[in-house]
Amino acid sequence: MAKINSLEELRKIRDQAKESMVARSGNAKVKIFASMGTVGIAGGAREALKAMIDELEKRDFHEVDIIESGSMGLDREEPVISVERDGYLTTYGRVTPDMARQIIAQHVINGQIVSEWVIARNKK
Amino acid sequence: MKIYRIHALICAGGQCITAGGDSFEEALKRAITEKGLEDEIQVVETGCMGACEKGPMMVAYPEGILYVHLKPEDANEIVEEHFLKGRPVQRLMWKEADGNFPTLDQVPFFAHQTKVVLRNCGLIDSENIEEFIAREGYSALAKALSSLKPEEIVDEIKKSGLRGRGGAGFPTGLKWEFAAKEVSDQKYVVTNADEGDPGAYMDRSIIEGDPHTIIEGMAIAGYAIGASKGYIYCRAEYPIAIKRLDLALKNARKFGLLGKNILGSDFNFDIEVRMGAGAFVCGEETALLRSIEGKRGEPTNKPPYPSQKGLFGHPTVINNVETFANIPFIIAEGYEKFRRIGTETNPGTKVFSLAGKVITTGLIEVPLGISLRKIIYDIGGGIPNGKKFKGALMGGPSGGVVPASKLDTPIDFESLQEIDSMMGSGGMIIMDEDSCMVDIAKYFLKFTVDESCGKCTPCREGTRQMLEILERISSGKGKETDLEDLLSLAKTIQQTSLCGLGQSAPNPVISTIRWFRDEYEAHIKDKTCTAGVCSMKKPTLEVKKNAKKIAH
Amino acid sequence: MQKKSLIEKLHDIQENQKNTNHLPKDMIIEAAKESNVSLSKAFGVATFYTMFSTQKRGKHIIRICQNQSCHMANSALVVDELKKTLCIDFGETSEDGLFTLEHSSCLGMCSIAPCMMIDDRPYGNLTPGKVVEIIHSIKVGA
Repeated sequence: MAKINSLEELRKIRDQAKESMVARSGNAKVKIFASMGTVGIAGGAREALKAMIDELEKRDFHEVDIIESGSMGLDREEPVISVERDGYLTTYGRVTPDMARQIIAQHVINGQIVSEWVIARNKK
Repeated sequence: MKIYRIHALICAGGQCITAGGDSFEEALKRAITEKGLEDEIQVVETGCMGACEKGPMMVAYPEGILYVHLKPEDANEIVEEHFLKGRPVQRLMWKEADGNFPTLDQVPFFAHQTKVVLRNCGLIDSENIEEFIAREGYSALAKALSSLKPEEIVDEIKKSGLRGRGGAGFPTGLKWEFAAKEVSDQKYVVTNADEGDPGAYMDRSIIEGDPHTIIEGMAIAGYAIGASKGYIYCRAEYPIAIKRLDLALKNARKFGLLGKNILGSDFNFDIEVRMGAGAFVCGEETALLRSIEGKRGEPTNKPPYPSQKGLFGHPTVINNVETFANIPFIIAEGYEKFRRIGTETNPGTKVFSLAGKVITTGLIEVPLGISLRKIIYDIGGGIPNGKKFKGALMGGPSGGVVPASKLDTPIDFESLQEIDSMMGSGGMIIMDEDSCMVDIAKYFLKFTVDESCGKCTPCREGTRQMLEILERISSGKGKETDLEDLLSLAKTIQQTSLCGLGQSAPNPVISTIRWFRDEYEAHIKDKTCTAGVCSMKKPTLEVKKNAKKIAH
Repeated sequence: MQKKSLIEKLHDIQENQKNTNHLPKDMIIEAAKESNVSLSKAFGVATFYTMFSTQKRGKHIIRICQNQSCHMANSALVVDELKKTLCIDFGETSEDGLFTLEHSSCLGMCSIAPCMMIDDRPYGNLTPGKVVEIIHSIKVGA
């Protein structure tokens, strides 16, 4: 903890600390919903979730809320991950940890959906 | 940087901790570790969230799921069902009367509030300075030091119309201007954290939940008036608050936000905490300053006012905790934004501790000018058990009662004075039909008699005389002349007491006689207590054996 | 920063008297000398503040709140139970020297009334049964 000597240094600390508090701010740019029903968990939903968080940390992207929900009822498609961004809710099915990383890099961070894995897309 | 997908914010306000919040937190952390979720769930202790009656409380972000009345045995279920499987546990959630489970922003208790002073309470780890900085903490001080002159700051506070939140409502900007104009090689900034009004815990919650906002407010005041030293006088009955203050000061110094050359400027300022030792009168500003000086807390004559000759004889700005907590907002956002809240003559918000016969008690912050009706019914949820509202006690032992006929009175300094009530520091006790107004007045007067410092005769002897009359009335021995005697005594004490404690001591009696005269008359003439409270037995004056404060 | 004020010195002295929680006369005199004030002034300060005591007290100080909100939550019943259990009245110390019962000013915990503080620790949502348990657990731990 070093002494802060200017407004700029204060702002730097502010911006860094703000990133770690996005979840409480209600200002996340992207919302990720991870369906955690029994089938999903059996199919590897937790591994996919962990991979997503790891990828976000690696890429230093913090403007995201990660929300677990119960089963969506799409047992055949589990694990199911939905991304709410730019006014749309996009749902991906049968998400593996590798796919999860790709979704983070391409869709969550860069705004480009990964069409081949989409199972549903609705306006929010 | 680590990403936690759930932030579990546990209220660590004094009441929630005392109700078992610390045991719940321990159990929660244990359960999280057992399920291997420490990397995904961040447990944070925050300041008072406000719904004190629902504690121990926790809010799980990002959804804002509200958990209430938590016990240690609830921890496993929350971790298993909600944190692991994504299924919030409804039986433990805040439930409205209509059966809905609202999230934090949907709860009427919170939705009707406007949080300026309490903007960080419940959202940040109160012991983490970086989280304070994340929410624009110290940016007002930085703005002041880098781009505003001291006189511009005084001007901004004057234009904001901020009035002292300790009860007197004196214009803060004016107070600062007086001190700034004085020429002296030493000036002081003092925070009055000797919150003694029964039923008031606003200041405690601010200190425990967001101590840095007070430090920032004081530093800005120091810069504005030319002071290099500050004191926070905190009552000894608040050990958690004192602990958090000490930690906050230590961290502020580490970051160079207190001490020499703050933020690289040539402004030096540091703050020390001084503890009280159990004397209500030390909430009076001159008594408080004497106490910091190590003397008996006896008020001294004004003028000279503290801004001219205060602590150790030097110009001193002394303000209440809540007043200082408003300063960063005004300087950072500008006086116009502040004036948009509240009313023309009473801008800004006020924090109240809502207690007594109301469904949801706790700490609230509302724009000035709001009606009492809205506070009790929209925010507090109304009177429990189908009882009728009888009166709201405001201003503690210096205040008065707002009766049912005045429910639509706007809560502001002048409107309350017109009905013989008072804003006070923010304690608001709601009474229902089962309360006796004579008993209430007697209660407050007993308090004042105990707390009188004894220095001046009108207060020392006068309040005791009033109490004796009330004791007689409430035990079936009232006389026809009692009401006139009470009011005459009240006038004398008001006009001739040395300090605010004495001057306002008769207020509860004056107010209850004005609005509930028939109740007094029933006690005196019919020897009955309509609310069934007074036992109408022989009274005994209870003497505190360990309080030897009467001057010899 | 400034050296300690007389009041802070007295707080320190009293805190160090762990079993009697009071200000011994000779220590007040010493504190007066250190602070450069007259004896009468020092004793004036020591007797002004309710948290200081020049008389010996118990190891644990119970401060029970009976102000408005606690009063409305029936603190009287809790007070009666405390008096009965400890066989003392306000201002008195139990025979085993463990507890002194005192009035408290408002503790600011009105939503969990009735409340009390024992030393530095607050207790809320009190019932006659609960206070008996609390006293017992302190006795056992003493």
